[in-house]
Amino acid sequence: MQFARVIGTLVATQKAAGLEGVKFLVVQPLDKHRQPVGEPVIAADGTAQAGPGELVFIIASREAALALPQPFVPVDHAIVGIVDQADVH
Amino acid sequence: MYVGRVSGTVVATIKNELFLGRKLLVVDRLDLATLASLSAGKPARSQPGAKYDIAVDMVQAGEGDIVLVLDEGNSARQIVDREPDGAIRAVIVGIVDEIAMAGDARADV
Repeated sequence: MQFARVIGTLVATQKAAGLEGVKFLVVQPLDKHRQPVGEPVIAADGTAQAGPGELVFIIASREAALALPQPFVPVDHAIVGIVDQADVH
Repeated sequence: MYVGRVSGTVVATIKNELFLGRKLLVVDRLDLATLASLSAGKPARSQPGAKYDIAVDMVQAGEGDIVLVLDEGNSARQIVDREPDGAIRAVIVGIVDEIAMAGDARADV
């Protein structure tokens, strides 16, 4: 899992089966010092409580789908937690 | 699996239920040169810009520890006994006591 900052929301009416009701957010992956690294990605919100501006952690690959209420849906990044505090050196 | 160095902690209240009661640590992946210097008995430092993972700690690791990290979902789910649908991938599965690299690798230091 990696840190990411939520920088936007995304709405799609027409989407693959299984993704109904899944909230999508635009997130910018961050390095461990919370500086942007790489391009933004679209992540499904596995917490259902994240919003723009928040520092979150995301899980990538197949495990992303497992973070959602209905597993085995077509997503490749998901938010699995909202960071309260990160103490990294 | 890879060898990493624990460089921090993450606290989250709102998170996937799988992580409730589990410790999340930031682990920096160590490169070959760092492994070689560890092998030579020198202390390892995290390299700037190194890849990192926020990993679930299963071995009571702490900041500064050199650890063995598993980054594969099926194995991770076995370890936390959450097959087949646990949303987990990176897990700290060991604290490294010693690593010995072959002579050629050591020569890079």
